[in-house]
Amino acid sequence: VPGRAEQWPSLAPAYHLILEGILILWIIRLLFSKTYKLQERSDLTVKEKEELIEEWQPEPLVPPVSKDHPALNYNIVSGPPSHNIVVNGKKCVNFASFNFLGLLDNARVKAAALASLKKYGVGTCGPRGFYGTFDVHLDLEDRLAKFMKTEEAIIYSYGFATIASAIPAYSKRGSPFHLHGLPGSRCPLNLKCVLFCFFLLKNPRKARVTRRFIVVEGLYMNTGTVCPLPELVKLKYKYKARIFLEESLSFGVLGEHGRGVTEHFGISIDDIDLISANMENSLASVGGFCCGRSFVIDHQRLSGQGYCFSASLPPLLAAAAIEALNIMEENPGIFLVLKEKCERIHKALQGISGLKVVGESLSPAFHLQLTDSTGAREKDVTLLQEIVNHCMNRGIALTQARYLEKEEKCLPPPSIRVVVTVEQTDEELERAARIIKEAAQAVLL
Amino acid sequence: MANPGGGAICNGNLHNHGKQSDGSASGNCAKNGIVKEAQQNGWPHVYDKPLVESFEEAPLHVMVFTYLGYGLGTLFGYLRDFLRSCGIEKCNAAIEREEQKDFVPLYQNFENFYTRNLYMRIRDNWNRPICSAPGSRFDVMERVSDDYNWTFRFTGRIIKDVINMGSYNFLGLAASYDESMRTVKDVLEEYGLGVASTRHEMGTLDKHEELENLVAKFLNVEAAMVFGMGFATNSMNIPALVGKGCLILSDELNHASLVLGARLSGATIRIFKHNNMQSLEKLLRDAVIYGQPRIRRAWKKILILVEGIYSMEGSIVRLPQIVALKKKYKAYLYIDEAHSIGSVGPTGRGVVEFFGLDPRDVDVLMGTFTKSFGASGGYIAGRKDLVDYLRVHSHSAVYATSMSPPVAEQIIRSMKFIMGLDGTTQGLQRVRQLAKNTRYFRQRLNEMGFIIYGNEESPVIPLLLYMPAKVAAFARHLLNRKIGVVVVGFPATPLAEARARFCVSAAHTREMLDTVLENLDEMGDLLQLKYSRHRKSARPELYDETSFELDD
Repeated sequence: VPGRAEQWPSLAPAYHLILEGILILWIIRLLFSKTYKLQERSDLTVKEKEELIEEWQPEPLVPPVSKDHPALNYNIVSGPPSHNIVVNGKKCVNFASFNFLGLLDNARVKAAALASLKKYGVGTCGPRGFYGTFDVHLDLEDRLAKFMKTEEAIIYSYGFATIASAIPAYSKRGSPFHLHGLPGSRCPLNLKCVLFCFFLLKNPRKARVTRRFIVVEGLYMNTGTVCPLPELVKLKYKYKARIFLEESLSFGVLGEHGRGVTEHFGISIDDIDLISANMENSLASVGGFCCGRSFVIDHQRLSGQGYCFSASLPPLLAAAAIEALNIMEENPGIFLVLKEKCERIHKALQGISGLKVVGESLSPAFHLQLTDSTGAREKDVTLLQEIVNHCMNRGIALTQARYLEKEEKCLPPPSIRVVVTVEQTDEELERAARIIKEAAQAVLL
Repeated sequence: MANPGGGAICNGNLHNHGKQSDGSASGNCAKNGIVKEAQQNGWPHVYDKPLVESFEEAPLHVMVFTYLGYGLGTLFGYLRDFLRSCGIEKCNAAIEREEQKDFVPLYQNFENFYTRNLYMRIRDNWNRPICSAPGSRFDVMERVSDDYNWTFRFTGRIIKDVINMGSYNFLGLAASYDESMRTVKDVLEEYGLGVASTRHEMGTLDKHEELENLVAKFLNVEAAMVFGMGFATNSMNIPALVGKGCLILSDELNHASLVLGARLSGATIRIFKHNNMQSLEKLLRDAVIYGQPRIRRAWKKILILVEGIYSMEGSIVRLPQIVALKKKYKAYLYIDEAHSIGSVGPTGRGVVEFFGLDPRDVDVLMGTFTKSFGASGGYIAGRKDLVDYLRVHSHSAVYATSMSPPVAEQIIRSMKFIMGLDGTTQGLQRVRQLAKNTRYFRQRLNEMGFIIYGNEESPVIPLLLYMPAKVAAFARHLLNRKIGVVVVGFPATPLAEARARFCVSAAHTREMLDTVLENLDEMGDLLQLKYSRHRKSARPELYDETSFELDD
């Protein structure tokens, strides 16, 4: 409004102008003055910094390890770790290596590996993505998938890396994994525990986007028990979780044709989302594999760290695994033989005073634990080691089950591991049972 | 990461490296007395040339087109996803089971966007199956796709004698069987393949002891321990060395196994810029002075994780500066020599020898046997107390099967070959041949005008391609001309810097390299790949190569 504008300068009172002027001057002063940070008061001088650097002493890189630690005085095997083994200079029958089907020494397997050595040499010199894929690998994956009756299989060059790469490929931070009996966090399976975990996911919105997985072992290495797979499958459909089955011990052992826990219980293989196993036990080679539907397995070809960023399996080991699979398919009778031998030795080892058998009668790898522990783990370990030494001096090679004591969530009590293989004759089984009885008597009484 | 121009890069800004930048002839190691100590310890060679590394930047128009290319690909990706969800286009990907349709989806749709729409178009360049030993020439199985790379089928034909520029076969030791491998055959027949037990239980064979002693001798350290897989060596042993309350300073471009090991350990991880000593020093100073964040307690240990040669960049670690820093700030150094063991250094002992340093200065020497020794597996070497500790506390020793005996024998045989213990000098000749081949190849590529990354002496040579379409064209054309190359794109490299990576081998003859170079020349013109603005002239080399020849 024109009239208003002319009046503007005169209408403003003097104190208003003065106040605004002071305000403007104050703002200018603030803008140009030095800012004070609280930290500046306590900022260190260069000299103080140098002193701190000189004074700081880190811990030593590794704490000292006592010379008597059992792991530093390990058993040295001279020659092949087969049925007749030479341990620390003594000839023994091997009850310690997981050579369930006796294929470590098999001439056909060695011949197949030799043919592969002649053609390919030893190493593959590259990961699978960069010319490290050989026709042998593709063959082995094909055969494994056909054997387990799944759509696809993927092989890894190291057994431990198999499940360690498979699980992280599917999980994001925050998706709950109900780990029961996983190698590395081996807890006995407790169904009540599983149900309780599922009830925790009550928030429906969050529950709708979190993926749920149950990870179990087919045959637990720590306890020798079989996982209750039928109940788990029921739980799976009720709570919409996926099952990852780790079959290192049960592949090539359980089931009519050696296909593992699913064949043992008669469950359709499609109900299990992922089966992971290593080829180092029954197949007497090195490496591991995962099998399942293509929908699940194909993802690992780009996200499995141990697959993408690591060199592939040496072809001679893959060829050996293929030949071992051939042998398994040709005589499915060996699984029955293995089962009989397991039951025999289980029966023979019952009733030893001082030692109890831990494990089901169909598990070829079971444990002998002290019935009355002395109370201290160290003393238990020493006692068991004496029993082991006693047996080794008489020609039975045994070992204690080893763990990383600080890493295990539920550390099993110390035990002696006994492994049954098809190569052990009945006479040897009897002799072993007798020697263990004598050793237990000599040491514990 | 891309520093323009070549020239000696010595960022000598440590207190004791004051005169570094004049590129003095005494080189990087003279100032802190390491050279003198090394000579006193009888080291035969002192590194006295300035390091030449270059990471040239691409011209602007190239970057623009690269991003445009990705943008276009993404747009089309969205279009195709839309068509697939409408049902107009058939979906070729595997789908979930009927019974499990109401489960929470296993993959998020977006996670696989890149895989479905960009990677799938060019995925015939990876996972190419071969059916012979990965020597200097190999046989590739031909595969074709009828549905645009969703599935492949083998025609049954084999492309024979493709020149291998992709496998990590630095010393040419990965070859099909010949008489020198007789010991491997004998060990296979005697010991079998597997071991079926862990190191702590019944899995330690006399072969493993022999191998570990040999590795310790090879590296000139007190003791060593071997593991069955190189990746697992890192991921399972770093957690044994550091834990909560410790600090890990890791290079930006470290390998996935180092990153995984660092994450699994639970220590705090701080990342410094690739090979940048100022960045590392700043982090070290802050760590020692200020301690742990918030609680201000001192760190228990500081571990620096670096690699010898970085496989995607071809750069060599600045070891003398790092050793000086580590000594000043009392940190520990872990070097992953996966690519550098056997391939650099006058006798193939790795970066420590390359720079003429004392192996005792490096706390943990780690490496793999896959690349230069033609086998598989990894090792960690260092002082005896370190190795003893790892024998007791490593996950791998307690839970994982030990190395297969014939593989161990192959490593023993290769190592003896390189060390000259088999009575010939062939091993040494191969190391020198590799160095010659490397220098020749890099020099010719620079002359042609390609942008090459990395150190002059590193046998891993990345050639920058930038645009995703060129990546595919490059690999396919070269395979048609019977040359096998490895191309790498996102996510292994930054989005705009896709590259082809050549691995020079001692088994490559001059003719093979010349064939490859001719074809690269033609490809460079065909695909317009010669981006470099610093074309070197074709003058004769300034240093005398013949001084490395033993017999003339």
